[in-house]
Amino acid sequence: MNFEFNEEQMMLKDSIVKWAQDNYSFDQRRVAADNADGFSRAHWATFAELGWLSVPFDEQYGGYGGSLVDIAAIMQEFGRSLVCEPIIPTLVLFGGALSNSSNQAVKAEIIPQIIDGSLLGALAIYEPQSRFDMSNILTSAVSDGDHYTLQGTKSVVLGGASADKLLVLARTSGEQTDEAGLSLFVVDADAEGVSRSVYQLMDGQQVADISFSNASAQLVSELGLAYQPLMDTLQSASVAMCAEASGIMETLNRTTVEYTKTRKQFGVAISSFQALQHRMVDTFMAAEQVKSLLVGTLCELNDEKTSDERARKMVSALRTLVAKCGKLVGDEAIQMHGGMGLTDELDVGHYVKRMMVINLVFGNADFHQEQFNDIAYKV
Amino acid sequence: MDNTFLAADLEFQQSVRAFFKSEFTPELRARFAEGSDVKGDAIEWQRKLYEKGWVAPGWPKEVGGTGWTAVQNFIFETERCEAGAPDVVPFGLKMVAPVIIHFGNDEQKARFLPRILKSEDWWCQGYSETGSGSDLAALQTKAEKDGDHYVVNGAKIWTTYAQYADWIFCLVRTGNFEKRQQGISFLLIDMKSEGLKVNPIHSIDNHHSLNEVVFENVRVPVENLIGQENQGWTYAKALLAHERSTIAGVSSSKRNLVEIIELAKQQTNHKGRLIDDPYFQSRLSDIEIELLALEYMELRVLASMSTGDTPGPEASLLKIKGTEIQQSLQELRMETIGAYSVSLQVEQFQNDLHRAGSSSRKDYMYGRAATIYGGSNEVQRNVIAKAVLGL
Repeated sequence: MNFEFNEEQMMLKDSIVKWAQDNYSFDQRRVAADNADGFSRAHWATFAELGWLSVPFDEQYGGYGGSLVDIAAIMQEFGRSLVCEPIIPTLVLFGGALSNSSNQAVKAEIIPQIIDGSLLGALAIYEPQSRFDMSNILTSAVSDGDHYTLQGTKSVVLGGASADKLLVLARTSGEQTDEAGLSLFVVDADAEGVSRSVYQLMDGQQVADISFSNASAQLVSELGLAYQPLMDTLQSASVAMCAEASGIMETLNRTTVEYTKTRKQFGVAISSFQALQHRMVDTFMAAEQVKSLLVGTLCELNDEKTSDERARKMVSALRTLVAKCGKLVGDEAIQMHGGMGLTDELDVGHYVKRMMVINLVFGNADFHQEQFNDIAYKV
Repeated sequence: MDNTFLAADLEFQQSVRAFFKSEFTPELRARFAEGSDVKGDAIEWQRKLYEKGWVAPGWPKEVGGTGWTAVQNFIFETERCEAGAPDVVPFGLKMVAPVIIHFGNDEQKARFLPRILKSEDWWCQGYSETGSGSDLAALQTKAEKDGDHYVVNGAKIWTTYAQYADWIFCLVRTGNFEKRQQGISFLLIDMKSEGLKVNPIHSIDNHHSLNEVVFENVRVPVENLIGQENQGWTYAKALLAHERSTIAGVSSSKRNLVEIIELAKQQTNHKGRLIDDPYFQSRLSDIEIELLALEYMELRVLASMSTGDTPGPEASLLKIKGTEIQQSLQELRMETIGAYSVSLQVEQFQNDLHRAGSSSRKDYMYGRAATIYGGSNEVQRNVIAKAVLGL
């Protein structure tokens, strides 16, 4: 029994901490986030140099062959420093979906470019009508000789603004909400018939709604069988985002405790008020609950004896808990910072907004809790 | 990261499971549920544990303990809860015995420990007073030296099972110092002493387990003092660190959750089975998800104890979350059962649901105590605030 990161993971975390100390103060981060891309390409190149972009990929493509635990270790640190570079969109979603796909040639072509930092990607799943339902897909793909042509619109595509390549979920057969008949395609982001409407999310990242009008695409999944592998990718992305949220919560709690110790009202530090102390204890406990369920989920996902159903149950539980605890921690951080909590100048609001994004993409608390209920009580 | 036990621990788990299966018989289970002979049933069960050598897991081996590791203790507790078997009555085995073992003299050890092991003496705890609850150091019960005796005057309150007890261990004031924690002594008092009186306190679960114990010029031989005079606070505090690894009650809450799910499969609302009601499901999963988190929180603490750390503020965290979850489950259990759960019927149960309902009411009402005793949850929050905020 062991619930700590191993030595290699600790070294990886330490290298991120060290890099962030030198390059990612909140002011430095603001400069990175103010780029047109919503992040710094120079930092991205550094991530490639430091090997961080190789972590989740197979050794045969030049990757490190890391596990979800390694990704979680990275994301927890990135959460602590509020790193805005597109690890989730390119590495976890695009890279993850690609790794889970069946097209060896495309993998061999693209993955090395992700690892060396020269290629950014995005995974386009959801559509305006699908909300959080990954099977509700209208975008169609029609076979046309040696390729397919895509027709349809994808919404809120993370990493969509800067992506060089897109992985697109499209229907090759079946009805609008069938899980069967969905296939995954790779498309050049600047190909003919692809148009992007780029906009910013509240956490600063640049995303896109993307329309396809007879865009030429290449199949990368088994025909009609993309749903399940993509669910696995989303499951990993969920855990990665929860690890990030765990880091965010820790930072918010630490910042808030420090602030209440320095802020004086009625002649005393407001940290001396028991009403506030108990609320800070509650936010501390919320972050500890998340951390505990995160390591539990990682353990169970890492154990090959764990059933798919149990794995989905754990991830749904984690997502639900992160959404609820994240809201508590975020709201309380702003409240206890008083007027300062409302300013853009302070980092608190930025952390809170990132956490809100995490808790509203790929499902909110109710969605995940319903998934949990379906597994736990369908008896 | 991995959450699996070592092979030896898994083997141990099997032997514990087998023991509970063969020894905690359905007949004994039924008697505990009925609760008409609290003392007799408890003693019978504890003697079974004693014969197996498992009645005192927390004691060192040389005085009759098991010498188990933290993980083995954890496994034993988990299996006990999963079997639905009761815990031992803690006052002798888990509370006074560790103090005697660590701070008592050889004579006291020889006199008291074997009788505690064999459940020949029934103990109760004399800490709280009307004026000292969370603020225990405010206690006023006085012990004045008179030759080779202490003369004790005062009263203790919330004394669980004092009506059955042969002995009471007390914190008494033997001196007045600027620091209130000094001047407190740890005294063992025979319940048959002259001038000692037990007054019952009936609680909101319609039962009698709590008492007031009044001392009027009770003469206690000085050889019943543990350790040194005025040092009792230190001894009592050291004792608090014991038995912390399972403070959260994860296993019993898991068992309770499973039972509620079973009840909800049988119960119906106007739309069908209660278990299929989405609103009910979410109330269940609100608790189950927190329980999953608590389970791993407990395992994290256990893992760090296995590497030699003693739990600090984590124990407070486990206590707060564990008791909050217990109470939520008690509430949901009553609501799952419905109207029978407000029944006071205690002797002649009409049917299974009625029996389940009435006992869920009792558990809910007495369950309010869990966030009060052992340091109220507010005091636990103060403890964490101090550790986390550094105040």
